[in-house]
Amino acid sequence: MKERMGTTGLIFNEPLLWEKGSFGRIGISLPKRDVDEAPLDKQLVGDGPDFPDLSELDVVRHFTKLSQWNFGVDSGMYPLGSCTMKYNPKTNERQASLPGFAGAHPLLPERLSQGILSLMFELQDLLGEITGLPAVTLQPAAGSHGELTGMLIFAAYHKHQGKPRSKVLIPDTAHGTNPASAALCGFKAVAVQSGPNGVLVPEAVAALMDEDTAGIMITNPNTLGLFEDNIRQVADIVHKKGGLVYGDGANMNAVMGIVNVGEVGVDVLHLNLHKTFSTPHGGGGPGAGPVCVTPQLEAFLPVPRIVKEKERYRLDDNYPLSVGKVHAFYGNVGILIRAYSYIRSVGKHLKEVSQYAVLNANYIKQRLKDVYHLPYDRPCMHECVFTDKHQQAHHVATLDIAKRLMDHGFHPPTIYFPLVVSGAIMIEPTESESKETLDLFIDAMRQIAQEAETCPDCLHESPQYPKVRRLDETLAARKPCLKG
Amino acid sequence: MRYLPHTQEDIKQMLQVVGAKDLDGLFASIPDDCRRKEAMNLPEPLTEWELNRHMDQLAAAMGAAPTHKVFMGAGSYHHYIPEITRQLLLRGELFTAYTPYQPEISQGTLQTIYEYQTLVCRLLGMDVANASMYDGASGLAEAMLMTIRVRRRKKVAVSRAIHPLYRKVVQTYFAPTGFEVVELPVGKDGRTDLSTLKDLGELAGVALQSPNFFGCIEDLTAAGKIIHADSKTLFVVAFSEPLAYGMLNSPGVCGADIACGEGQSMGIPQSFGGPGLGMFAARQQYLRTMPGRLIGKTVDRDGKTGFVLTLATREQHIRREKATSNICSNQGLCATASTMYMAALGGTGIRQLSRLNRDRAEYLKASLAKAGYASPFSAPTFNEFVVRFPGGFEDTWERLLEKKIVAGLHLSPYYPELSDCWLLCVTETIDKADIDMLVKEVAK
Repeated sequence: MKERMGTTGLIFNEPLLWEKGSFGRIGISLPKRDVDEAPLDKQLVGDGPDFPDLSELDVVRHFTKLSQWNFGVDSGMYPLGSCTMKYNPKTNERQASLPGFAGAHPLLPERLSQGILSLMFELQDLLGEITGLPAVTLQPAAGSHGELTGMLIFAAYHKHQGKPRSKVLIPDTAHGTNPASAALCGFKAVAVQSGPNGVLVPEAVAALMDEDTAGIMITNPNTLGLFEDNIRQVADIVHKKGGLVYGDGANMNAVMGIVNVGEVGVDVLHLNLHKTFSTPHGGGGPGAGPVCVTPQLEAFLPVPRIVKEKERYRLDDNYPLSVGKVHAFYGNVGILIRAYSYIRSVGKHLKEVSQYAVLNANYIKQRLKDVYHLPYDRPCMHECVFTDKHQQAHHVATLDIAKRLMDHGFHPPTIYFPLVVSGAIMIEPTESESKETLDLFIDAMRQIAQEAETCPDCLHESPQYPKVRRLDETLAARKPCLKG
Repeated sequence: MRYLPHTQEDIKQMLQVVGAKDLDGLFASIPDDCRRKEAMNLPEPLTEWELNRHMDQLAAAMGAAPTHKVFMGAGSYHHYIPEITRQLLLRGELFTAYTPYQPEISQGTLQTIYEYQTLVCRLLGMDVANASMYDGASGLAEAMLMTIRVRRRKKVAVSRAIHPLYRKVVQTYFAPTGFEVVELPVGKDGRTDLSTLKDLGELAGVALQSPNFFGCIEDLTAAGKIIHADSKTLFVVAFSEPLAYGMLNSPGVCGADIACGEGQSMGIPQSFGGPGLGMFAARQQYLRTMPGRLIGKTVDRDGKTGFVLTLATREQHIRREKATSNICSNQGLCATASTMYMAALGGTGIRQLSRLNRDRAEYLKASLAKAGYASPFSAPTFNEFVVRFPGGFEDTWERLLEKKIVAGLHLSPYYPELSDCWLLCVTETIDKADIDMLVKEVAK
């Protein structure tokens, strides 16, 4: 058997920033003072913040040591379901940090912004082509911000039709952001139960859809990694009652070039550029959540829109039906530059991206289903969902399996989501992983399944190798200590 | 394609295991009438070198600092960013990690964000800060919605001296809710006029920005007293230039209940307006109604200190439609950058840098006044201020642009009553020689 990837190495303890340093040190080069000090009303002047004073090397070592306690895609396989942790190409960082982009003020006159405006205009076109929904806004700063924008469009559309509606249908498999985004727009979220196959049944939608319902939010492929094969019928039911169909594009990585989202009846779709289009997650963001809509809904998109006239680009606020602005400026432009770089680098191979993502997930599913319980045994898309049902007999739970994976050198999958599956283990390998890496992961998962039988305590006591062991989350919540 | 590791042999073996005839066979579960018939019309892939050339060309078609002298702030500020911030941020372990749901192997992100929360609290004088919002504008919108949750009232007031684009975002967030946003006028001195406040009825929250959009430093202490005359109204302090708090009294010292704003100044490139950093902090008693993620300190099984995501019961993945916000991904990496920047700056550094920004801006203000161009406002300012120029300054502005000088932001589209006024900004990246040159050119 191959050597296990996870091992221990020399890492360092590192105190908190303010436990280091000494008064009077500085880690930054300050410009020389060339003007006199100007007086200011003493009542307005404060002491300044109590920040620690550190040298440049203090800061470098501090964050270098901290980074060594972390696991990223650069460290190893990160099969976090629903999050599409693919490789974040290094060249994208070069492009986003070009001084012409990084130093650009957002309110510069248009003739000084032609480069970035043309990039954004072209990115809109590319995303329109990939989704089949040609009208695109790049303004939302993250997926849930895109959902909010979509729900604002729902509300504005129905208001414009002369009849505001009060409810939105949301399947029970949806991400939590879906009902929260709908609620933020004043909609009541109505849950739709998925059918026995893990997908929506048209009858369930028909029973709930009425003329006070603004529409439905569907994640497709859904969070069980299954394609909603009744999507056309569901869309027809919703459209017949005057509603709109929202597509949560979090799982777009499975269907690029395979499904034309606009053609199957989706009216509004958000994309997560930090999932499908390779921009880094950065430990929580920033992402970008462009929203793509049908031509009929274009008038409702946020302003300003980018307009192209005779090879010149300008920003235009004059769209009276627009939902308004959702970001102070134009969204997370630095992230848009990275996604654009990715799409231009991969080009027509984007369809292969989806094919290999789906191939990888199905390969894992097939090779693990004899040892882990598979609640929906049908072909999956880009991710597969197992449970801990077999391991429970040995008092081993999903959490133990996840934690043990760390000792093997893998990031755990998403666990306990979707909520409709008890003890869910949701694995999304992405297309970035090679067959060798998948085989190592599969070996690790199989070893863990065996360990569950032979040494359940080995799992209960895991992880062993990371800097800290299992943390007391109850204590953190009961006695919150949120700053030092 | 270098991002795709699959060889033909790999594909063959894997398809065999899966039991599919070919790659197309993997999608058998998608009904035929849902399958895309036509290929995506996408350009030929670019090599790394072709991409470099293409992007260099686009970036060259920009008029940005440092090739241009940009005397423009208005919510996006050109500050020096030390090389260590750029390089440390690219540590792949931090850069390519997800939200720290698995704390044992995410302690780097977690301790960094805990440090961020702490430094933000110290900067703003508040008790608790979250792990970030999208930007200053959406942060303000969420703050105003939070005041409504806390006080169960239906109306809020925001100063007209708050960034006009922030106010637009607040309008967008409030439009479908049925709650009301009213605007407070600006007084002759450039500060918010609170004299009409008592006539506005029951307000859940009142928001002021300081330094405000005109660069004027609001008298927050006095404003706080007026606003708190109704003990149930929350005082929200917004900002777009947090560097000011290196020398000014913090929102917390002045009585703010919530402080929120844009943190781009703290080590984040302007990048045409994003990604920035929504800083968001509040008093302890409002902790459980706050939006956004929080990192807390705890111990592991051996009693060793560690950090975790905490109080998630406020958040969408647990509370779903009853959550305090829908926010999920935030601006984590920007928060990380700002932590590195604030650490490098330190207490001593931020006091000096903050002073230098104000003193250089004051030097420009005084030089322009001497040349006959005065500010319509008398309130003290930080690193930007409004100047009234005589008719025809548009032409001067255009002439300066030819010389790669951006002489401020014309206020006419935002405040029609200030159509002969421009908003000018000076940071540490503009020195005395640049200022002298601008004044000379303007006076020509």
